[in-house]
Amino acid sequence: MPFTFNRRVIALPAVFAVSALGLAACSTASSPSASDSAGAGVSDEPVELSFLVDNAEVTVGIAEALTAAYTEAHPNVTFDIEQRPGGTEGDNIVKTRLQTGDMTDIFVYNSGSLFQALAPSKTLLPLDDVENMSAVSDTFKAGVTADGGVYGIPAGTAMGGGILYNIPLYEELGLEVPTTWDEFMANNEVIAEQSDAAPVVQTYGETWTSQLFVLGDFANVLAVDPEWADKYTANEAKYADGSPAIDGFQHLQDVADAGYLNKDFASAGLSDGMRMVATGEGAHYPMLTFAFSELQANNPDNLNDVGLFAIPGTSGDSPLTTWLSPGYYIPATSEHADAAKDFLNWVATPEACDVQTEAVGAQGPYFVDGCTLPEDVPQMVADMLPYFDAGNTGPALEFLSPVKGPALENIMVEVGSGIRSAQDGAALYDEDVKKQAQQLGLEGW
Amino acid sequence: MTDTLHARTQEAPASIDAPDRTRKARKRSTYPMWFYAPAGVIYGALFVIPTFASFYFALTRWTIFDSEFIGLENFTTFFAEPYLFESLLNTLFYATFTSGAKVVLGLLLAVFLSSQIIARGYLRSVVFFPVLVSAVGVGVTFSVLMDPFDGLINKALAVFGVEGPGWLTDPDLALFSVAFVDVWRGVGLATLIYIAGIVAIPQEYFEAAKVDGANAWHRFWHVTLPLMRPATTTVIILSLIGGLRSFDLIWTMTKGGPGFSSDVLASVVYKQYQAGFYGLSTAGNVVLFVLVAAIIIPLFWFLNRKEVDQ
Repeated sequence: MPFTFNRRVIALPAVFAVSALGLAACSTASSPSASDSAGAGVSDEPVELSFLVDNAEVTVGIAEALTAAYTEAHPNVTFDIEQRPGGTEGDNIVKTRLQTGDMTDIFVYNSGSLFQALAPSKTLLPLDDVENMSAVSDTFKAGVTADGGVYGIPAGTAMGGGILYNIPLYEELGLEVPTTWDEFMANNEVIAEQSDAAPVVQTYGETWTSQLFVLGDFANVLAVDPEWADKYTANEAKYADGSPAIDGFQHLQDVADAGYLNKDFASAGLSDGMRMVATGEGAHYPMLTFAFSELQANNPDNLNDVGLFAIPGTSGDSPLTTWLSPGYYIPATSEHADAAKDFLNWVATPEACDVQTEAVGAQGPYFVDGCTLPEDVPQMVADMLPYFDAGNTGPALEFLSPVKGPALENIMVEVGSGIRSAQDGAALYDEDVKKQAQQLGLEGW
Repeated sequence: MTDTLHARTQEAPASIDAPDRTRKARKRSTYPMWFYAPAGVIYGALFVIPTFASFYFALTRWTIFDSEFIGLENFTTFFAEPYLFESLLNTLFYATFTSGAKVVLGLLLAVFLSSQIIARGYLRSVVFFPVLVSAVGVGVTFSVLMDPFDGLINKALAVFGVEGPGWLTDPDLALFSVAFVDVWRGVGLATLIYIAGIVAIPQEYFEAAKVDGANAWHRFWHVTLPLMRPATTTVIILSLIGGLRSFDLIWTMTKGGPGFSSDVLASVVYKQYQAGFYGLSTAGNVVLFVLVAAIIIPLFWFLNRKEVDQ
């Protein structure tokens, strides 16, 4: 207390001096790395590439298999794989590490709107000059392009978002795969009456899983209004405006109101949901096909008991909503950019696709020219392929519009738990996305 | 040396009322001024500058690279958050509930644990033990215990034929359950402060009261309780501040859910930050700062004034 006055006099200039030192240290630390990456080509010097992946079984499996195969061919390049949580917590880690210049040499992250939110032209290294980029499909490139530069190499395969269903239960009850929402609800009624299975599985113990009814319904929205995503980005279309956009919210309210949800919907997690739909405790589970690896790990005997259909819309032949795979990116601050690029160049080859298939099984179609799937793909993937072959797919909204609010999962949990109505939920979500649009500096918000 | 130190410890509290004495005290300092520089630099760089910088950045929409000044827009957005008001109420409920429960339970436990009972030392450590465990560990443990179907609590209730509720999944119950765990975890510290307060009361008061014919209840009500006011003040202030900015337990147990039903200010701010709305979450932190200050400073003044009056 007695020294307050004097201390301040001394401390303030000192603080400025120290912070200036800190800044100077930063700039000297980062400049050699920049010259490194621009300079010498690939050498045989031993390099250790750090590699940040999310902790989903399939991502880790692919990363481990790819790096092991690459190190075998190039013994001088070794990898240090680091895991991070997924979901919004993972977004936070990736953004913070990128912005503080503390990112690993290579990292896995979503493509599409989440990728755009990384400010790619400032934080990432453009990969246009990677030789095999020409073999990567244009669909994928569109999801990892910002300001004219391409920044990512596909990590894994395309995903579908639809309804996973238990095939033995369908056979037992003599049900048909539904093509419209009304048929789907009729099936649910039969299941509720004639079996012990929960007609629809929801797992709010992991909140992100709640979004599928809305996100997976987007191909149906596009089928009705192909311009919807552009209007949405321009702040001209809203979820709360009514059908078709609001249907996803309404569908969840319908199944919740009818009492079709599993008893433990509020506490169950993804692995519980997959177990239920695999063993017939649950009949339907709206999910992304990447959850297949969960099935592989926990219920290998039921692999072919789980099928997939697109979330049914109002008219028949509903298209499947598809997701691009995440991408591998190199941060602008990487000190081993050339070695990392060389590795990613190899990842975009059919050889690398085969390594992935061997490690985690066939998950879906690859984005690299020349990559093939084995003959005997599991049922879930087999059900997905006809949609791709017939072109009956639509991209998820996040690949057409950068506008995605962070609270959708919580709002969907509210709708599914009966706390909020579908109409209210949609209106609340429309409010939520405003912040994202403003943060991105979009026109018209 | 000891003399100067002694003089200073006596000086410090007095200087609050008499600022003119600070000058005298400064002259008497044993240490050169630059002794304080390292601490000052660290304090300034890590606390003072960020605090004032945050007041500015709360008025901008920023990424690490650039910031755009947008005036009070972040604050209007923050207060227009449909669930912000709910989270504000939740914060106040959570802070008052946990703080009140800690005062009452802490006082009762302290009276009990400072009486002549068997295994007193052991019981004291048992009460204090949860304080030593990390909040995240406590949160994860309790979220497992409170699982509606596989949790130990509901399984135990099922033995008696009671169907336990979804402690953390029922929107009406979630915040209450977390608050309960917070009390369980924090009551040990309150008890400790109260025990110290009780032990410091001179035995003469109790003896005098006994001579005057006071029974145990009278002695508690008229001797222990009034003399514990400083301890009560400390417990209230500490637990109220802790409650207002509580985050760790809520995040590990419910993540603010189901939906937004157990969101408090700190978890809303964290979610905004996660979503990359840095300006908005900075604004939220400023709101939290103002809220804590607006509640604690008058309360502190009020409680301390009462103390001086007596």
